[in-house]
Amino acid sequence: MSKNKIDTSFEQCMKCTVCTVYCPVVAVNPDYPGPKQAGPDGERYRLKNPLFYDETLDLCLNCKRCEVACPSNVKIGDIIQSARLKYGTHKPKLRDYILANTDVMGSLATTMAPVVNFTLGLKPVKSVMDAVLAVDHHRTFPKYAGQKFETWFKRHALKKQDTYNNKVSYFHGCYANYNHPKLAKDFVKIMNAIGYGVNLLEKEKCCGVALISNGFKDQAQKQAELNLSSIRKAVARGEKVLTTSSTCTFTMRDEYEHILGLDNADVRDSINLATKFIYELVDAGEIVLKFKEDYVKRIAYHTPCHMEKLGWALYSTSLVRMIPGVNFMMLDSQCCGIAGTYGFKKEHYQDSQKIGEGLFKQIIDSQLDMVATDCETCKWQIEMSTGVPVENPISIIADALDVEATVKANQK
Amino acid sequence: MFKEYDVIIIGGGITGAGTARDCAMRGLKTLLIERHDLTAGATGRNHGLLHSGARYAVTDQESAEECIRENMTLRKIARHCVEETDGLFITLPEDDLKFQDTFIQSCLKAGIRAEAIDPAEAIRLEPSVNKALTGAVRVPDGAVDPFRLTVANVFDAQLHGAEVLTYHEVVSILKEGYRVVGVEVIDNQSKEKKTLRSRLVINAGGIWGHAIAEMAGATVNMFPAKGALLIFGHRVNNMVINRCRKPADADILVPGDTICLIGTTSSRLPYDQIDDMKVTPDEVDLLLREGAKLAPELADTRILRAYAGVRPLVAADNDPSGRSISRGIVCLDHETRDGIPGFITITGGKLMTYRLMAEWATDLACKKLGVDKKCQTAEICLPGSEETKTEKKSSSQHVWLGEKAAQGRHGSRSTNIVVNDENDASLVCECEGVSVAEVNYAIETLGAKNIINLRRRTRLGMGTCQGELCACRASGLLSKANGCAKKSAEDLASFMNERWKGMFPVAWGETLAEAQFTAWIYEGVCGLDAFDKKEEA
Repeated sequence: MSKNKIDTSFEQCMKCTVCTVYCPVVAVNPDYPGPKQAGPDGERYRLKNPLFYDETLDLCLNCKRCEVACPSNVKIGDIIQSARLKYGTHKPKLRDYILANTDVMGSLATTMAPVVNFTLGLKPVKSVMDAVLAVDHHRTFPKYAGQKFETWFKRHALKKQDTYNNKVSYFHGCYANYNHPKLAKDFVKIMNAIGYGVNLLEKEKCCGVALISNGFKDQAQKQAELNLSSIRKAVARGEKVLTTSSTCTFTMRDEYEHILGLDNADVRDSINLATKFIYELVDAGEIVLKFKEDYVKRIAYHTPCHMEKLGWALYSTSLVRMIPGVNFMMLDSQCCGIAGTYGFKKEHYQDSQKIGEGLFKQIIDSQLDMVATDCETCKWQIEMSTGVPVENPISIIADALDVEATVKANQK
Repeated sequence: MFKEYDVIIIGGGITGAGTARDCAMRGLKTLLIERHDLTAGATGRNHGLLHSGARYAVTDQESAEECIRENMTLRKIARHCVEETDGLFITLPEDDLKFQDTFIQSCLKAGIRAEAIDPAEAIRLEPSVNKALTGAVRVPDGAVDPFRLTVANVFDAQLHGAEVLTYHEVVSILKEGYRVVGVEVIDNQSKEKKTLRSRLVINAGGIWGHAIAEMAGATVNMFPAKGALLIFGHRVNNMVINRCRKPADADILVPGDTICLIGTTSSRLPYDQIDDMKVTPDEVDLLLREGAKLAPELADTRILRAYAGVRPLVAADNDPSGRSISRGIVCLDHETRDGIPGFITITGGKLMTYRLMAEWATDLACKKLGVDKKCQTAEICLPGSEETKTEKKSSSQHVWLGEKAAQGRHGSRSTNIVVNDENDASLVCECEGVSVAEVNYAIETLGAKNIINLRRRTRLGMGTCQGELCACRASGLLSKANGCAKKSAEDLASFMNERWKGMFPVAWGETLAEAQFTAWIYEGVCGLDAFDKKEEA
């Protein structure tokens, strides 16, 4: 699809309504007209007159489960997101700015992490945020790390990377950089163990998913262009660009083109999720993973919506199941309800929790040591709502990995 | 014993509807008769183009002048039926750009605003237009919904005391001596015959008026001209797009409500085929090929259906061979012309000039009946188009699609659509946003008795899915209102067949898939075909 042409995939809609059956919002909020009406049906009316735009489209989570369900390949979620950006009359609020600019807030917060974490955790602060910013008081902001991953990497890991012949680039994203550097360190640990050196991108900005969903299209475009230009340089060096977040991956592969109208066709196939990359190497017999024998855990995998859309859950689960001591369980694929910044907003909090209810119950009933998932916001939601710890498959692999044995097995 | 009317009007198209309104407003005791539903003939089978007259300016100044005058009138009196889109007359590389000057001069002479604009400006105004254009002229074309316009005219006639009989077919014209004194009709649903008497009969039967005149013993030479059109799945263009050249086939693309239409072809049709028209593959090809020259996007836009209408072209009285055809209004006083008092034929003309045609016919009727009342149809707004105080809706945060769509369709009268609960607000037709409340309004106030009636009064079943989701729901509501499930099932089957008829000539790609899916639902799930067979046996 070219930049200026409207997406007419809505013409392929056969009105079967299966999208609405799979919509997590419709199930809990009767105000939402559902993906069929908000998407293909509504689009015909919006083409007639933009006044037909309906503010209830803000209730869309952008989970894209409608698109996965659609047998006719209608880009329902894209149509809704594009309509919000094009016709939406709500001006983004200060709250939305704060939630959307994950990397600006991250840079500020990591430098003063202990203070910020302490402050954001205070009850009075939470109620002020609830009242003034409409950030629901039930939410806890993810803790900020004292040291960014980037800083750690440059000080402690960068030099060693040159010793590897194989190279990959790493798009760490905001979460691994500011909130949870362990995930990024785990990634480096695994890659090094299997004989791959890791490069950071020349420049990296937030992938922009939160900017898109909060209505900051121009800024999202700018950041996307910067990321694409860095990615192109990495690809030109012959490196794949790996991520450890399903949402960043999905955003850069699909939303850049479909929502932001940027041409990423030249690098799209090079943007890959780390679990998929590693699984494919194992599958092709190019590498071997050796695991600790004493790593014994009952782990269930939760499929994030964007992972469902990518169709890649199989790679992550197959990788986790390679660990001999893992008693694996697959959770029913359903939205956890957080949808990035959606669930942080006071107006969506109730819906958000209702959407996740079934998932939370299944997790609590399943006597798990841990839930595995590829999305950081699913992690916060599930941890907050069930008390069960959640880890990225990369961290699980890293913890279970017998590094020495793996290094040895992969040396030729 | 018999009720006597001042005037009986035959034909529930726009001409008959407009004439019924005019007669009723002038205080005549009026009856309108239609053998099927309102708008079942040419009125419901055209472009829905609010002509500025520009198309006729070069060849027929008189028609052009009539058009622009009526165009401006309809914008006032039928606001809710009109979309003021403006139109472009584009010159393509294969056309002669010199024609543009002649065209603009002729438009201005007829009183039509016409300004040449830069091709780049034309592309900015209408991004779907063929980028190869070498010139463009902007004119006050627009879109008009013929269903809405006819229903509003009939509704207003009723508000002024007129009576309306749909599904009543004239089988003979009653005469006393040479004088026409009424009609004999058959109720096409109950098969019951009725005799209806009046002081005057006005024949507004369009192309079928030829046969009606014959029944009265008069000859009106009409030549059926078939015009085929295609409806596309969404609005590709927001301005009317025409070719700036002598009128030819398939050179008008009109945006209408949620869709757009390309048309028309033009071919002579034997009179005995006017009730059974089929759009041929050649016509579809021609429409697509020429349409894509106006807006290239059409080439890969989903086509919802194809249909054809018949223009009633009338031969001049002094030329029975039919070579000298008039597109102008023809109002025949059969008393002076043929020695048949009590009989008037109003024909020729176009959708655009229906009000003027009605005015001429009613003027003549009033003269004959000795009524001295002036025509007011150009000043008084149709129901739905009255000025209203702008109401603020602050109670609910969002206005739901059904409400917004209904406002577009019923104008100020949409306030009479009562939504009491969630059920009333739920949608029957999801493509066109027709709610349960709107269906009930059409049944109770606009006289809808079957699904086709509902379609013409609400757009139900006119959207992308062509009745797939809405027809069975509508059938359920009608069954409740009419109290007969069997009749509703038959009606449903006939509606689905009618939808398929229009899809058949363009049944490929998504349209075919949709039709197949619809067949699964109605035959496979609902068993409608089994029901049909049982009925036939």
